[in-house]
Amino acid sequence: MNKIRIATTSLAGCFGCHMSFLDMDERLVELLEHVEFDRSPLTDIKHCGPCDIGLIEGGLCNADNLHVLREFRANCRILIAVGACAINGGVPAMRNHFDLRSCLEESFLNGIGVENPQIPDDVELPLLLDKVRPIHEAVRIDYYLPGCPPSADEFLSVLGDLLAGRIPALPKKLIHYD
Amino acid sequence: MSPAIRTASSEQLSAFIANTCSKSSHLLHVLHELQHRFLHISPEAVIEVASFLDLPPSQVESAVEFYSFFSTVPHGRFDILLSNCTSCGYTANGQDLLQLLCDRLHVLTGKTRDDGLVSVDETSCIGMCDHGASLLVNGRPVTGLDAVKIMRIAELIETGTPFENWPAEWFDISDSIRKIGLLLSEDITAGNGLRESLMRGIDGTLEEITQSGLRGRGGAGFSTGMKWKFCAEAEGSAHYVICNADEGEPGTFKDRILLQSHADAIFEGMTTCAYAIGAELGFLYLRGEYRYLSPHLEAVLARRRVQGLLGSSILGRSGFNFDIEIVVGAGAYICGEESALIESLEGKRGVPRNRPPFPVTHGYLGQPTVLNNVETFVAAAHIAQNGSAWFRTTGTMKSPGSKLLSVSGDCAYPGIYEYPFGVSIKQVLDDCGAEDVQAVQIGGPAGTLIGRSGYKRIIGFEDLSTGGSFMVFGRKRDLLDIIVNFSRFFAHESCGFCTPCRVGTTLLKNAMNKIAKGQGTQYDLDEMERIGTLIKRRSHCGLGQTAANPILNGLQRFPQIFRQRLARGDFEPSFDLDAALEEARQITHRDDAAAHLE
Amino acid sequence: MEAKAETAANTINIDGQEIPFEHGQTIMDAAFAAGVYIPHLCHRPGLTPHGSCKLCTVDIRNRISASSTSDRRRQTKFTVDADSRSVSACTTPAAAGQQISSNTPALNEVRKTITQMLFIEGNHLCPSCEKSGDCTLQAVAYHLGMLDGHFPQFFPRREVDASHPTVMLDRDRCILCELCVRASREVDGKNVFAIAGRGTAAHLIVNSPSGKLADSDLETGDMAVHICPVGAILIKEQGYEVPIGRRTFDLHHLGEAGLEKVVLAKTVYRDE
Ligand SMILES: Cc1cc2nc3c(=O)[nH]c(=O)nc-3n(C[C@H](O)[C@H](O)[C@H](O)COP(=O)(O)O)c2cc1C
Ligand code: SF4
Ligand code: SF4
Ligand code: SF4
Ligand code: FES
Repeated sequence: MNKIRIATTSLAGCFGCHMSFLDMDERLVELLEHVEFDRSPLTDIKHCGPCDIGLIEGGLCNADNLHVLREFRANCRILIAVGACAINGGVPAMRNHFDLRSCLEESFLNGIGVENPQIPDDVELPLLLDKVRPIHEAVRIDYYLPGCPPSADEFLSVLGDLLAGRIPALPKKLIHYD
Repeated sequence: MSPAIRTASSEQLSAFIANTCSKSSHLLHVLHELQHRFLHISPEAVIEVASFLDLPPSQVESAVEFYSFFSTVPHGRFDILLSNCTSCGYTANGQDLLQLLCDRLHVLTGKTRDDGLVSVDETSCIGMCDHGASLLVNGRPVTGLDAVKIMRIAELIETGTPFENWPAEWFDISDSIRKIGLLLSEDITAGNGLRESLMRGIDGTLEEITQSGLRGRGGAGFSTGMKWKFCAEAEGSAHYVICNADEGEPGTFKDRILLQSHADAIFEGMTTCAYAIGAELGFLYLRGEYRYLSPHLEAVLARRRVQGLLGSSILGRSGFNFDIEIVVGAGAYICGEESALIESLEGKRGVPRNRPPFPVTHGYLGQPTVLNNVETFVAAAHIAQNGSAWFRTTGTMKSPGSKLLSVSGDCAYPGIYEYPFGVSIKQVLDDCGAEDVQAVQIGGPAGTLIGRSGYKRIIGFEDLSTGGSFMVFGRKRDLLDIIVNFSRFFAHESCGFCTPCRVGTTLLKNAMNKIAKGQGTQYDLDEMERIGTLIKRRSHCGLGQTAANPILNGLQRFPQIFRQRLARGDFEPSFDLDAALEEARQITHRDDAAAHLE
Repeated sequence: MEAKAETAANTINIDGQEIPFEHGQTIMDAAFAAGVYIPHLCHRPGLTPHGSCKLCTVDIRNRISASSTSDRRRQTKFTVDADSRSVSACTTPAAAGQQISSNTPALNEVRKTITQMLFIEGNHLCPSCEKSGDCTLQAVAYHLGMLDGHFPQFFPRREVDASHPTVMLDRDRCILCELCVRASREVDGKNVFAIAGRGTAAHLIVNSPSGKLADSDLETGDMAVHICPVGAILIKEQGYEVPIGRRTFDLHHLGEAGLEKVVLAKTVYRDE
């Protein structure tokens, strides 16, 4: 039987969701009998090929996030928003309280301990979006896995459902936003 | 400090407020005077008014922030509001007059110019729909705008010309009455209806109104006789009569004509009601946009007092005491809703109450109150004078009498048409010289959008009921733009009390903008239908319950206007990606390929 | 026979269950007394019903024809459910024989959508919110199986008021339920809060000369301080006394009898 192919990435997130995924510990071994990984920080594959499932951690804070997200959408049959940041912007979205300019000025010009003050403008750097946004505002998302981070049990529950060909349904006790 | 800010020492402010409050203690009145005099209402003024009227400062502050015509930052000495209605709005004649005026005066919409001379903004329909594009300058309407007139206005403002030296004819708002019927063909003789009523007695009067089959002209169509009866029977320390002259539904202006030319009939109707229900005080709640009519109305009231038709012992009948106060609203469509209007009269935000109880038992100050539309009172006065049988000679079984329609939009003869109920849409279209019609909006944005297949339908409570708005859209109009306009209207006017309407109207507005920009997909259409249905069914009051009508009607009857704008694909972002990078491009001075998103 | 007629005259039916009521009770009151949970956010027994959040929306089957009391409704016919009308359970008087649907998949879907609206119009970042676990909005969202905000976020910019020595006001999370407004007026005998503005610009204001909490007569013991269903009004220096996992909704269900007291008390005496 062909293995289910999964890709994962972290956009404007903290990798906490990925760490939580690894919290499956020994259950990961069992899972790997049914799944294999495409692009993911776990594999170091740089670009996503055709996949069954894409797991996205983090919201959108810059142009590069959007390119990555689109690559995932184009290649993954099922795209899952993982964690608070992907779902509503999360903690990074707290910068939405301020103009982008004042955020950058605080970080690179006026902040405490800033040396050689200047706002980075290298063309290599992805430009920041005016606001950090959830990923469902940019592409169609098939399923949501809330939590900060979602527990390993949540990952297993959802993947388990998908592997069994069921529509994912999180039991109430696993739904947590924090 | 810019000269615009008419600064006042705290003594001056106190004196002004004391003086104003002594004339009328209605919060709205005091706030209007402050706004007019100081071009804004400062935090100090809020505190001062609160202490003078013995109200919590938070109540005054919340009112100031609720009504569009009050501001906490200074407006210009010339304060201009252009209507954004589809009939009397700034794009009504195909040109963006708001932009033109702003460019001309070097001012940004919604921002007072640095020298304090002028501020320009837009506002919901100001009820001048039979006169084309219109604006209010310091509360006075100027109609029939075109590019030339806008240039003239800009000039007069730039030179600081006082209104006395503006062309006087600009401020004349003529009555464009095109078709007269039962009510408009003869005016009542002041006092006649009242005399008849006194002869009939209280029960007789209630019976006569009930027998006439008169139903409310504000849109709801509740039996006026029953309403008066319920109120007369309700216990309370006082009874009140309120005339709803808020006329906020875009495309409606028939009450304006009645206020201007048939004020006697309105007051006669109110006084008849007062007699029937035992009220000693009544209010006419005049929409802020019609504030310019206030002196005229006051004059009619003064005359009627002299004539013994108001005041104590009216027409010599001892114990029949009644008077009427005019209270002017301040730019909030929701205040046309009866319970919101009463809240507003009580000096609060115009938020609709929970019902039951209804105003007939718990209205103004919690006391039994009759609240009727302007036209309803006019009809009641005529019925009092001429009897119920006379009234029933026209109209249909379910809708006796006549209806004033405010016809506007793409037709040769916009204006007021009085028809017997039961007239077909087609008849009205023929009479007003509408050719090549694409659609008609009956009852304003809150009403129904119909296409050709609906033209055989009739005006009446049994089919298309309307407060009076009848907007014609010709073939050349972009119907989608109209719906965008209506969805903006509701999002702007939602009072914000209940979740479905507060959030939902903004979601609908955003979705419509997205479609109009060619960035919507079928997904957005499905979403609009789903949210629209929810808002309609779950909202607290009539505003929310009708706010989705233009979209739902549009999706049902004119699906092609949405579909032809859809983007390819099944999903488009909710925000403009490239625009979201603009701020960063400016900060970093970048414009390379990677600095853009498609 | 007569006795039976008597009971029938004083019951309403919610989802097939006969529920007695007394004159003057709302549908919510009657349901509450019978231990039937109808989701709600702006309601708290003992305070004047408000009817604004619309989470308690229920459908009442029309007995005869649709004679709607609300004026504008009659103009347009509903395509769905034309044989029932929608009301707020918290403000609608119970009346004998009402056939009410409440806990149905369709209505819970409506409630979920309304809850999503409340989330996206504010800034609800639960992971960084002190109220998490004690928050009724969050608990309601769990209850309804809400996984995401669904709609585009409004990301409003709202003011924080940290001026008061013991109480914080973070408007980002305010859902405009006016529980604090009513509690202050009706229970505390003060008038500390009010709502100003219109539409999505509606916001909570403080009744004090400076508009700041510090200048108001609010005290830590006021009911207004404890009643906020979300993390908009918070008591300072208490946020993390009770660890996540031991908080109100970790230990209690939304529909539980006596929960109102628990919710109020939890924020004061956490170790009770
Ligand atoms: C949002 C909203 C706006 C309304 N605006 C008006 C109005 O401007 N004038 C009016 O007479 N009725 C208006 N109504 C209807 C009133 O609530 C009320 O039904 C009417 O004034 C009763 O008078 P009637 O029985 O004479 O029609 C409005 C209703 C809603 C829900
Ligand atoms: S439906 Fe809209 S206008 Fe009416 S109460 Fe709700 S928010 Fe206010
Ligand atoms: S108030 Fe409630 S829903 Fe909002 S962020 Fe805090 S815990 Fe989450
Ligand atoms: S602060 Fe809390 S209690 Fe007060 S209105 Fe906002 S959400 Fe409701
Ligand atoms: S609980 Fe009934 S509307 Fe909020």
